[in-house]
Amino acid sequence: MSLDLAAVRYRYAGSSSVALGPVDLRVEPGMVVGVAGANESGKTTLCLVAAGMAPGVIGGRIEGSIVVDGVDAATLRPHELAQRCGLLFQRAATQLTHTTATVFEEVAFGPCNLSLAADEVVERVWWALGALGIEALAPREPTRLSGGQGQLVALASVLALRPKYLILDEPTSELDPAGTALVADALVRAARETGAGILLVEHKTDVLARIADEMVVLDRGSVAMRGPVADILGDVRLADLGVEAPAKVRLARDLQAAGADFTAELASALG
Amino acid sequence: MSAATAARTTAAPTIEFEGVSFAYPDGTQALDGLDLRIEPGETVAIVGQNGSGKSTLVKHLNGLLRPTAGRVLMDGEDVRAVHVARLAARVGLAFQNPDRQLCAGSVKAEIEFGPRNLGIRGAELDERVKAALDAVGLAGEVDTNPYDMGYSRRKLLAIASVLAMLTPILILDEPTTGQDARGVARVGSVVAAAAAAGRTVIAVSHDMRFAAECFGRVVVMRDGSVALDGAPAEVFAEPHWPELRAANLEPPLPAVAGARLGLGSTPTDATLVAALVELAPERG
Repeated sequence: MSLDLAAVRYRYAGSSSVALGPVDLRVEPGMVVGVAGANESGKTTLCLVAAGMAPGVIGGRIEGSIVVDGVDAATLRPHELAQRCGLLFQRAATQLTHTTATVFEEVAFGPCNLSLAADEVVERVWWALGALGIEALAPREPTRLSGGQGQLVALASVLALRPKYLILDEPTSELDPAGTALVADALVRAARETGAGILLVEHKTDVLARIADEMVVLDRGSVAMRGPVADILGDVRLADLGVEAPAKVRLARDLQAAGADFTAELASALG
Repeated sequence: MSAATAARTTAAPTIEFEGVSFAYPDGTQALDGLDLRIEPGETVAIVGQNGSGKSTLVKHLNGLLRPTAGRVLMDGEDVRAVHVARLAARVGLAFQNPDRQLCAGSVKAEIEFGPRNLGIRGAELDERVKAALDAVGLAGEVDTNPYDMGYSRRKLLAIASVLAMLTPILILDEPTTGQDARGVARVGSVVAAAAAAGRTVIAVSHDMRFAAECFGRVVVMRDGSVALDGAPAEVFAEPHWPELRAANLEPPLPAVAGARLGLGSTPTDATLVAALVELAPERG
């Protein structure tokens, strides 16, 4: 059981250059795999490809293979793939259907399209809204939410599909610190309790430090670094790849650069 | 930016919100009796939880929204009485979502759009485009179609297109969203350069580090009004943490470290390092 990308390369329709690849990647159930990298290093493309959106929906050319729980993703029909790999777009506006009048209906849209019984749809919608602490938004108009609220609703609509693999493109980018922590906790619960495998693109390395098990760093479309999250986030090469070290690592280095060893003080202050 | 261009930026007006309330048509009360005064040349980060009214607040400054109660004044003049075109020459707003803003077929045309509408042509237009592109690091992308660029660079382009208008007030709504470390540093230098040119800079942000390091003043919003207001060292000082947390915010990590070590308020890496070095000079 796993989501496996093997020697995957992808180019967008009409583009002569390879946007992604070669990439080899495995996401196992219950595991959070973080993805970091500079602007335009291929993070969003990786999400689109791993979820079957590229080339499935937007065209382009792919090489290599994507296998979901032993099945070649290219042979799955859209509704089959949607139950296996749920994709959260970087922009909430891309995710939202723009056809529903309330947040409740918006989150119900996906489950309804899976032909689930009404009771189960309702249960899943409240569960997804509850997981993100946004039950109060249920009667609101999806297009009249703040940026961060829209992002939470978009994520709820993906969670409600209960896919085996969650592919999330910067799910906390528009969220306040408490919202970011809430989403991080919800993702950990999704992984640990329901066994979802999560591919998480995130610029906030503090979030990755907290919840990811492994991570990869992309550079110009290829995997530049991979390994256990603590090893990668402590690696000095991160800065050259346009990735900010987590605050604790950064502070420790700042203090070292100041010419004195404050390791003990910092450790006692930050635990 | 040349001295000549800089000189043409008119002085920034004083901004006053007087008991401003705003309700969206669906009844959502986004601003609730908000009072706020921003002096010319200030750099102000507006932070607060999702849905606390931050974007709504800044949209009142360029005429996109008009208060349902209270007044917004610029140099004492009610903005309701000011034509939107005149406001546009004074207030540049880079939207949270760049795709609501970008409209041209090339990066150059996109950046020219704003200043052209202000009547700028010829050498000055070219100079403004170049300066704006340099400021956000997109100098090599003049002929690129904006929609061939990734989100992070579209966001930088939206900022550049507003920079080129050289408005005395510059507003950036969530400018660091989706940016990598270098992108955040670029946005920080844009803020510093605009402030050095005497422009008022207002940014909405969820990035506490960005707010603490790049702005002279931090305004915390909660439920449509101002909960905290002051310099980063004041707002992020330990006594305010309960209020920050009530607004869904967290103090920056150096502030937490500094407080636990009894160093006072150290909201940035630099202030924490300075305080520690001072504490233990014999080891330095």
